[in-house]
Amino acid sequence: MSNHAKDETVKPAAPRADDAPLLEIRDLAITFETSNGPVKAVRNAHLTIMPGETVAIVGESGSGKSTTALAAIGLLPSNGRVSAGRIIFDGEDIANASEKRIIELRGNSIGMVPQDPMSNLNPVWKIGFQVKETLKANGLAGANSKERVAEVLSEAGLPDAAARAKQYPHEFSGGMRQRALIAIGLACRPRLLIADEPTSALDVTVQRQILDHLDRMTTELGTAVLLITHDLGLAAERAEKLVVMYKGQVVESGPALEILRNPQHPYTQRLVNSAPSLASRRLQSQKAKDALAAAVAELDTPADADTAPDTAGATPADAGHAPSSIPAAAAKPPAASLDGQRKGAQAGETILEIKNLTKVFKLRGALGKSSDFKAVDDVSFSVPRGTTMAIVGESGSGKSTVAQMALSLLAPTEGSILFDGVEVNTLKGKALFDFRRRVQPIFQDPYGSLDPMFNIYRTIEEPLKIHRIGDAKSREKKVRELLDQVSMPASTMHRFPNELSGGQRQRIAIARALALNPDVIICDEAVSALDVLVQAQVLNLLNELQEDLGLTYLFITHDLAVVRQIADHVTVMQKGRVVEAASTDEVFSNPKQVYTQELLNAIPGATLLV
Amino acid sequence: MSEKLTPETDLTKPVIPAARQGKTSSRVIEHFVAPLEETPLAAIDNVDESEAPLSLWADAWRNLRRQPLFIISALLIIFVLVVAFLPHLFASVDPTSCSLNDSSEGARAGHPLGFTLQGCDVYSRMVYGTRASLMVGVFTTLGVLVVGGIMGALAGYYGGWIDAILARLGDIFFALPLILGAIVVMQLPAFRDNRSVWTVVLTLVIFGWPQIARITRGAVIENRNADFVTASKALGLSRFSALVRHVIPNSLAPIIVVASISLGTFIVAEATLSFLGIGLPDTVMSWGNDIAAAQPQVRNNPGVLLWPAVALSITVLSFIMLGDALRDALDPKARKR
Amino acid sequence: MVMFTLRRFLQLVPVFFGATLLVYFLVFATPGDPIAALSGGKPMAPAVEAALRAQYNLDQPFWIQYGLYLKNLVTLNLGQTFSGQDVSAVIGRAYPVTARLAIMALAIEAVFGVLFGVIAGLRKGKLFDATVLVASLVVIAVPTFVLGFVLQLVIGVQLGWARPTVSGAAPWDELILPALVLGLVSLAYVIRLTRASISENMNADYVRTATAKGLSRPRVVVVHILRNSLIPVVTFLGADLGSLMGGAIVTEGIFNVPGVGNLLYKAIQKGESATVVAVVGILVIVFVVANLVVDLLYAWLDPRIRYV
Repeated sequence: MSNHAKDETVKPAAPRADDAPLLEIRDLAITFETSNGPVKAVRNAHLTIMPGETVAIVGESGSGKSTTALAAIGLLPSNGRVSAGRIIFDGEDIANASEKRIIELRGNSIGMVPQDPMSNLNPVWKIGFQVKETLKANGLAGANSKERVAEVLSEAGLPDAAARAKQYPHEFSGGMRQRALIAIGLACRPRLLIADEPTSALDVTVQRQILDHLDRMTTELGTAVLLITHDLGLAAERAEKLVVMYKGQVVESGPALEILRNPQHPYTQRLVNSAPSLASRRLQSQKAKDALAAAVAELDTPADADTAPDTAGATPADAGHAPSSIPAAAAKPPAASLDGQRKGAQAGETILEIKNLTKVFKLRGALGKSSDFKAVDDVSFSVPRGTTMAIVGESGSGKSTVAQMALSLLAPTEGSILFDGVEVNTLKGKALFDFRRRVQPIFQDPYGSLDPMFNIYRTIEEPLKIHRIGDAKSREKKVRELLDQVSMPASTMHRFPNELSGGQRQRIAIARALALNPDVIICDEAVSALDVLVQAQVLNLLNELQEDLGLTYLFITHDLAVVRQIADHVTVMQKGRVVEAASTDEVFSNPKQVYTQELLNAIPGATLLV
Repeated sequence: MSEKLTPETDLTKPVIPAARQGKTSSRVIEHFVAPLEETPLAAIDNVDESEAPLSLWADAWRNLRRQPLFIISALLIIFVLVVAFLPHLFASVDPTSCSLNDSSEGARAGHPLGFTLQGCDVYSRMVYGTRASLMVGVFTTLGVLVVGGIMGALAGYYGGWIDAILARLGDIFFALPLILGAIVVMQLPAFRDNRSVWTVVLTLVIFGWPQIARITRGAVIENRNADFVTASKALGLSRFSALVRHVIPNSLAPIIVVASISLGTFIVAEATLSFLGIGLPDTVMSWGNDIAAAQPQVRNNPGVLLWPAVALSITVLSFIMLGDALRDALDPKARKR
Repeated sequence: MVMFTLRRFLQLVPVFFGATLLVYFLVFATPGDPIAALSGGKPMAPAVEAALRAQYNLDQPFWIQYGLYLKNLVTLNLGQTFSGQDVSAVIGRAYPVTARLAIMALAIEAVFGVLFGVIAGLRKGKLFDATVLVASLVVIAVPTFVLGFVLQLVIGVQLGWARPTVSGAAPWDELILPALVLGLVSLAYVIRLTRASISENMNADYVRTATAKGLSRPRVVVVHILRNSLIPVVTFLGADLGSLMGGAIVTEGIFNVPGVGNLLYKAIQKGESATVVAVVGILVIVFVVANLVVDLLYAWLDPRIRYV
């Protein structure tokens, strides 16, 4: 498939002339007043959206992508303002339009679908009320508003809409809430829809369904979409045009597939190299075993600016005929064949064996009646020393419960956990204490996993102190070593967690986990909360540490793309049960179960560059 | 817009779609690349080593120092403390040497605020009354912190039946408002016959602890499942040590705020009890007692009532303002960067 | 909702028994002669003493005493005052006055508290906000009885706008000043609570979404900010009505309002502990019921609670 396809066949009837842009942002600057003086969040931003077109802004957190989009609908926070530039909507500059004019435009000219479905619906009003209100505010309610509300909701893919309209948000699942928000965003048939990370908070399979639906609706209605996302793969899959933002500036923009295949700006190249979803795409296109080697090699290549080729000067025209689908940085030859080493390790003995593990929670019902909830149902797997086992599943799959039990923080209802041949369940006192020394966790939330009251030195020293290892002096030496191992400067030890970024905190958490020289590290969604580049960095670090220290990882994640980069074996879980278990290559190249296929299909951008 | 799903697809059921190819546009889209010098690439996730490290408490302190509310209240509290400890530095007249000759006299040299009905110096009594009022406030707060803090921390941390029992117990004491409960207790012969600062403190602690217990319980519950607590347990720290080392230090902020505000309200409660005649005995000099004693002549000689009332109100105000300032400085939402 | 009501009700049962037991225990089971405690340490006619012994079944074991006390409490058989009046009849006379006073105080709190709180919350950091905030702090810091005396002196005596003390029948207009004094502290709390709640909700995601729908600013404020912000305020007011109904001992004492609080105040002064215990017992019931009402109110206002 060519990236300059000229087919005009399926294009739906666009209501207006195609040559006038619907939204044009020029030289936009946005300034926030903070206690430390004004901060420029966006500088010289520019983008153009034609009627009916989907444009995606891609960037990390803090890149200014959401701020730019919010400015277009006049919803900047009260301390922010457009300090320069123009936002031209349908020929009218709305950057400094009156409040009255903006209110006129909102809803029926520019709609919005916000990010977090959990917090964006008012909990005290019924869904139907919140939809009707939108219609009313834009003069579209009319006499049969009730039917119209049901219609709008069912258009957004909400089953049994008339009855659902009478319910409150808390009676809806996350996916249903997002459908309601899409219904609200599109209720008044706006010509531009701003979708701010509309599915980031949802499970991957739900995310796919909702994006597909949004795609279809906006195509049918001829609505232009400004999609804000951190996921390059998702953006490339859903939009004709990409705008890449970095530190408040647009660094690259152009046709989606072209940017993906031939990124010009070094930052875009970094993004393309690091995006996990795209990495799996690349692996998928090659033969299984070589693919793994390549993936491991790529991970071991530091994604710093030095290795990126200097192509900044290339003209847009040059970009068109760069044929290689493999980004330049990945072309660097593998430094060492990790594959071979891992093979050797795989042959090693089993360090962690989970047999028929079951966990039943009692759910408290009305009047003291309780019902059983099987969070984990007859799960078995084993992890060979020195390898990575990934447990993949969506929310409610029981994957984290397995991790808790493997850490012996939660007692299983049935089944056994053998660590190095010893039953973990029955460990007590000294034996349990020694077990703790050999199995360590790393958690998801980098903001919650470090005690905010402890400085970094005390944080990393804590395990040594608990296990009475060394004296004050030797402990300090060890802390320095550990910080070095996770590539943090020694001066960090005097800092407090609130002074560090998410990725840095996660590296500190890794250092703490390493302090006792454990055999197994259990990573519970350890990289899920991180931006792509930082995520790649942390995965890279984990991989290197595994190689150097012979660590075994149990990697809990919802993200199959990450699995591709780190795991040797995969166990797919759904509703507490194991759906599929095999080597990573097998799962990716030949998924046996429908659910696994669904998960694989849900990886955005997975099939883009085949 | 080449690839679209057919509109008939039922989106409420999972679908296994064909591979998606992405979208291409019929329009010519310009490919723009910003010059590298405009946004030079920074290294990924470097530690900012330019600023000095700051603990949360140091950070809060830096915030506080800039708050006028905090500065004013802190200075006032320090002043009140000094007066309570060293009253003779502020008043040269003996507050107990009263002469009926001076009954209800106005202000004159050496006696800036005039005299009470019994002919005692109003200013001197106001200065000397500080200690008892402050003692009640401080010791009640300490007592409430110990009792309520321990109860709340245990209930919140261990949950289950401990929580259920302690919660009900708190509710029982909550059902009796402070003043009502204090009335009942102060009626007891053991209390009625031995009235002193300590009986008042004890009474206020008995009926004041549930509030701190509730706050502590909430704060502890918020922290007990934090990943850093779980991580410590996985490191081998015992459950109780994790409570003491990690959970409680992180739960202190809201407790300190409430304690500061409560300290003020306990001073008011003491005055109210004294006003009702069941607080401090007449032999103890306190603002509450003086206000109560001045009550009959409030219409003729309001100053006698007003001055201790002003002293009391300013003291209480300082503690409440301090609590407010601390709340802003210790706000966890403001803390997270 | 039925389940919720039932569960809340069941949770209150131990509270009721616990609180009454506590009161009863404090008076009758602590060391010392309970009769001496009941008489306030003053010498007492043998007839009165005998009547007290009979009223409180002091010759019975403790648990039976307590059971009979509860029975008397529920059937409003509360014994007699020193002057020989039925305590239940005295409370029956005083209660309507207290109820009137409480309702007026609550109205003052609700109207002015919410009004000032909303304006301050919407204009956070402006002059009005700062003024209201400081004023509310001062009101909280000054003891009610000082406020009472000052307002009585200024408005009642010096300006002569209202009667400094309330006459026997306690009509509505004479209760305005006492109601103001009674409501003032809670008013300050209502202002602060409303303000905090409003300014927190203003930054809620759903408020931004509502704005993005194209709603006018007034509609966003009323429908999305106010409704959500007032939930904690309404529950606070509900709980406050409970404690106001318990009688405002201090305020009623100052203005000589013949309500329950005044009854209690005088009983304390006279050392009529029997009356005190009876009144406090009744008040515990009032509090417990008020708490139940507040819980239900909360569930009614916030749909999320109902199904928990």
